[in-house]
Amino acid sequence: MLILTCPCCGAECAETELAPGGEAHLKRFGPGSGDDEFTGYLFERKNPKGVHFERWRHAFGCGKWFHAARCTVTLEVFGTYTAQVSEPPQDILDAIRARRPGWEG
Amino acid sequence: MRRYSAFAVAREAARFHSGWERAWGNPEPKRHYEVIVIGGGGHGLATAYYLAKNHGITNVAVLEKGWLGGGNTGRNTTIIRSNYLQDASASIYELSRGLYEDLSQQLNFNIMFSPRGVMMLCQTEHEFRAMQRTAHANRLAGIKTEMVTPHKVKEICPILNIDGPRYPVLGGLWQPRGGTARHDAVAWGYARAASALGVDIIQKCEVTAIDRYGPGGRVSGVQTSKGAITCDKLCIVVAGHSGVLAEMAGFRLPIESMPLQALVSEPIKPCMDIVVMANTVHGYMSQSDKGEMVIGGGTDGYNAYTQRGSFQHIEETVRALCETFPIISRLKMLRQWGGIVDMTGDRSPIIGKTPVEGIFINCGWGTGGFKAIPGSGWCTAATVAKGTPDEVAGPFGIDRFRAGRMIDESVAAAVAH
Repeated sequence: MLILTCPCCGAECAETELAPGGEAHLKRFGPGSGDDEFTGYLFERKNPKGVHFERWRHAFGCGKWFHAARCTVTLEVFGTYTAQVSEPPQDILDAIRARRPGWEG
Repeated sequence: MRRYSAFAVAREAARFHSGWERAWGNPEPKRHYEVIVIGGGGHGLATAYYLAKNHGITNVAVLEKGWLGGGNTGRNTTIIRSNYLQDASASIYELSRGLYEDLSQQLNFNIMFSPRGVMMLCQTEHEFRAMQRTAHANRLAGIKTEMVTPHKVKEICPILNIDGPRYPVLGGLWQPRGGTARHDAVAWGYARAASALGVDIIQKCEVTAIDRYGPGGRVSGVQTSKGAITCDKLCIVVAGHSGVLAEMAGFRLPIESMPLQALVSEPIKPCMDIVVMANTVHGYMSQSDKGEMVIGGGTDGYNAYTQRGSFQHIEETVRALCETFPIISRLKMLRQWGGIVDMTGDRSPIIGKTPVEGIFINCGWGTGGFKAIPGSGWCTAATVAKGTPDEVAGPFGIDRFRAGRMIDESVAAAVAH
């Protein structure tokens, strides 16, 4: 079972306590953008086999959104971090590179 | 290819079974093929077979990184039905179900198609109304289904508990010509028939890169663990790994890969001769010829490539099934496994051209690809051969997302299916 630490309240949550929110750090395209950009934003996903950045919500706990960096093959969790950023922070990237030396962001 | 028949069995019995030949060839890859199909599961093999059979294109290779039918083809719960709401879905799934009817004869390989009937239970008022709508849509599409009363449900499947407190059975959508088939045999049958028509089936050959004539150019071939192979056309049929192959080719798909689980019980005496689907609780059950109860569950909620899945999902499924089928409450479960399913937003597949010229794709079957294997192969082959989608495949193009032309089966069923 997947266990993530909520960076907002510090609780270690089993996945039954959490709601998955899909790929993180999507750049939002709205009115004024082209069809390609809007289609990409709405539908196209990276769906990587390996390191993945995701949004999660501590649904049956503090209720807050947060981010997680996770490996989709081994389910290893590299870390969780605040939802108030548009890209992964340096300490998370360092943690990933320490475990996945060849990883290209 | 030597034909299988009762006579062949007698002939071989008389000479100590010394004359059986390989079911399909095991060639080394050639340098060039007209069409390369990536993925040796049911859909890929069916595509290769119909390319050769219907379109006369026999210079075809099927590249499989593991063994034939080792992915989702060998991991599903083998349900075959076509009771879909949307017209586009109804036509492709009914084409497929129809092809299953005489597939054993066509392929000269017993795929053990068993049209034992599929019952979709209505366990909430909303589901009951949705199923009624589906039954009307099916009638318009010429698919034989009917709504049946709880009393009739009980008559068809006596082990069902129709008045459970939490999940009462309010009715059922009954498709008498739905059923099951032997999943491995479907892959093997297509492989054998395709091989006999000249298709090269190459196992343990993983594609590591896709080559193009310069950036933005058309496809030129693939790099594999058995060397470089060039091709005129490439067809990607890799289900859960579609995103990985699309990345190699340089485009993205509206797909996310998630584990879907199934489990089987210890074998028991025959007690259920139909397939029962309880969509509200994600419980799908039938009894195999060996007597095992075969149970399918729901997908995990997040991306993973683990072929395992999370425990709470099968717990949910089994908990609900124990109420609907009190008879199974003391059964021991023997095996549990997962497959990686490729989920699209509208829960309908993607068949057709990709942004890269010369590359075609067949993916997005999500949790219900097995039933579609013959129909999917049929129209993917037509699409690859002619370069444009045929009438059945047309609505399933990848451009439907951009155009807002979704084939929304997720709303129709309220669950993935």
